[in-house]
Amino acid sequence: MEIINFLQYSFVQKAFLAGSFVAVVCSILGLFLVLRKMSLIGDGLSHVSFGAIALGLFFGFYPFYVAIPVVMIASFFILKISEKAKIYGDAAIGIVSSVGIAGGVILASASNGFNVDLFSYLFGNILAISNTEVILSIVLSLIVMILVYVFYWDLFSATFDEEYAKTTGVKTNFINILIAFLTAITVILSVKMVGVMLVSALLILPAVTALQLSKKFQVALLMSSFISLFSVLLGITFSFFLDLPTGAMIVMMNFLFFCLTFFYRKVFD
Amino acid sequence: MNEIIIDVKNVSIRFGQNKVIDDISFQVERGDFIGLAGPNGAGKTTLAKAILCLLPLESGTITLFGQHGARFNYFSKIGYLPQKNSNLNSIFPASVEEVVSLGLLAAKKIPKVITKSDQSKVRKTLGELGILKLKNKMLSELSGGQQQRVLLARALVSEPELLVFDEPSTALDPASRNNFFRLIRTLNRKKGITIILITHDTGYIGNYANKLLYIDRRLVYFGEISAFCKPKKGGHFFEKTDNHIIWHQHN
Repeated sequence: MEIINFLQYSFVQKAFLAGSFVAVVCSILGLFLVLRKMSLIGDGLSHVSFGAIALGLFFGFYPFYVAIPVVMIASFFILKISEKAKIYGDAAIGIVSSVGIAGGVILASASNGFNVDLFSYLFGNILAISNTEVILSIVLSLIVMILVYVFYWDLFSATFDEEYAKTTGVKTNFINILIAFLTAITVILSVKMVGVMLVSALLILPAVTALQLSKKFQVALLMSSFISLFSVLLGITFSFFLDLPTGAMIVMMNFLFFCLTFFYRKVFD
Repeated sequence: MNEIIIDVKNVSIRFGQNKVIDDISFQVERGDFIGLAGPNGAGKTTLAKAILCLLPLESGTITLFGQHGARFNYFSKIGYLPQKNSNLNSIFPASVEEVVSLGLLAAKKIPKVITKSDQSKVRKTLGELGILKLKNKMLSELSGGQQQRVLLARALVSEPELLVFDEPSTALDPASRNNFFRLIRTLNRKKGITIILITHDTGYIGNYANKLLYIDRRLVYFGEISAFCKPKKGGHFFEKTDNHIIWHQHN
């Protein structure tokens, strides 16, 4: 009975709807990132989003409208700095990440007003998602899904073996930029759900869980999507009934699935 | 004279301060089987990658199937087998069928879709190489020899006119190595596929190739193996070792 009441709350319905889209998008992008050994780019970009949200609040704009272009530019910057400046990818992520956090802290300190708002983004709260944010989440998620569908084989090829992909005419530079932009969008979507601190978990955990069991890329993508989706739905449900933070519960559900598949593989493989 | 499909003119390539290819010119005719040899660090892989339009040139030009390298887009005419699976990620969940399908992307336009007919092509190629039963296996689960055959299937599935092999036999035991070389000779002789084979194993070049391209950053020798095998005055590169092995194997 309680569960029926729970499902009738409009904030729960909104959280389920937006959360489902974002979960699937995170898991798809996450698989590409993990296999490209770029798992921590999500962490770096989420820190940049912290600075960008602070920038939005500082100038009185809707934070996500500022965060989207800023995080996209940061993502492109990470890509280019690691290509051109003789800096390893993880070092480039470290630079951008710390600058993002430092910028956010400086703006928060300078404003003396929006600290509470800003720090609410650190751990997110999908149960407080607004109608605008639901629409934004669905639209941006659909854009990511369509682009992944259209460029699926090129993304797969460039991730599997970039040099070989070039010999089949795949524009690998374009694919790298596409992944950077899609990751930027996905990170921003995830910030509302689990917060700046936990975004990378949403990208990494479903992917590494699927990798424990999959022997085919398409299966890994599907498995990763389902694990992410169930983790979000169960995380929201448990957080409501146990009165615990939603973002943290979603991450713990993901971690539980990872542990189950890890031990299953150890025992049966 | 057959149609020229690769025309390399005065090509030089530099990595930073290091000139790895210095003013090399040669032409490859349709149906050639070219052994590309040279000592370690001679620039063999670099030259092969330049031919495949993977590297920028410092100077010179490469024309491939009549197209300038910078504007080349006949990717489906090329098959490439890279060096010793060096780029493979051991946890990548790619099945054999998925990996071989990647060889078909060259002929496709966005949005690229692998159709039922493509899947049939993939299975036919796997069947021809005797590895159809591996189609659902994960690539990293296979032995070195099986992986090599899968990557060969990926190179062959688009029915290319030019195949470039970069030290394809390093992961193979002697029996698999002989089978592999017999297979590529068949592709060259029966299907007329032009082959460029990079190898340290000059014995195999003598046995299977019709031309030798020997480089040591600069071009040292390019021509028929039979002509190369004739004693040359002052030919200090081949007098002792390489010449002997190739000459021996060639007979």
